[in-house]
Amino acid sequence: MKKFLAFALSIGLGVMIILALNSNEFFPSMGEADLSERISNSFLNRSVLGSAQDVIFGETEVTEGGPANMITAIVADYRSFDTLGEITVLFVSSLGVALLLGATKQKRLDLNFKPNFMLKVGSRALFAIILMTGIYVTIHGHLTPGGGFPGGTMIASSILLLYLADDTFRTQVKGFKILESVAGSLYIVIGLIGLFAADYFLVNFIDNGIVGTLFSAGIIPIVYVLIGLKVRSEISGVIDNFLTEEETV
Amino acid sequence: MLINIVEIVISVLLVGLAFLALSGKSMIRSVMFLSLLSMLSVISFVLMQAPDVAVTEAVIGSGLVTSLFVFTILAKKKAGAKE
Repeated sequence: MKKFLAFALSIGLGVMIILALNSNEFFPSMGEADLSERISNSFLNRSVLGSAQDVIFGETEVTEGGPANMITAIVADYRSFDTLGEITVLFVSSLGVALLLGATKQKRLDLNFKPNFMLKVGSRALFAIILMTGIYVTIHGHLTPGGGFPGGTMIASSILLLYLADDTFRTQVKGFKILESVAGSLYIVIGLIGLFAADYFLVNFIDNGIVGTLFSAGIIPIVYVLIGLKVRSEISGVIDNFLTEEETV
Repeated sequence: MLINIVEIVISVLLVGLAFLALSGKSMIRSVMFLSLLSMLSVISFVLMQAPDVAVTEAVIGSGLVTSLFVFTILAKKKAGAKE
């Protein structure tokens, strides 16, 4: 009975998705969409506010939205206020986990498996690679896919590997809390500087530079690194809460 | 043409893995199939030219969520064995 239900559910949902996408005239097949009538065209040309000019990678100096990656231009420049709300949602969820699972005296949860030699050595080797990839993705968020959220989560999963490799390992939870609040406050401080020194909240008040270079796009790399630090410390705190328990005497 | 064949194979595999994850006998097996499902959906996101979503799915869907599930299942088994 369970197998039949699972079969019907997966096949039915798959057929529903295919039918919904196939017979929908608002969803043209890939490569045939007419971009010139769409709103994303003005995001691609950086002409949302009406400044019409061609954007050439590595040459154009003054653009409306600085980063070379269009998604980052939307997430951290045009819709930066929404991103502030998103990291608030993440903060509230980590706060909820800490309220439910946190305690004053904690020890590591003893699971019924012990890390063997291969796991210990492999985790140490992989830790550095994953950490470097996470930092790279965070710093290059305005040029390549990725950015603060995936990069911060990558760094947090490298810390999870350290938890896997060692029975008694615990991170500096207090330091993470300080880092998280400093990063979150600095984001709002940058927004307030924009409000008082320039026109509106979270405006990009530093010069954009040349599109495609590392030091470009004004405040966007700074903001994305701050978001990465905040996400990383929040998720590491959640992992620590999941893998510890109250000390019973 | 080649991309089309790859897309069809991946979508059939996605539905099959979803069925296996739903009907798995043990919890840990379902979690493993769920992890495989998100690995394959990473490939389908890349084919649909959405690399940002693919990076996020690879990190969160198949890395973090799977490990948190596995740890929770390990902790639950231990608590059941005590009683």
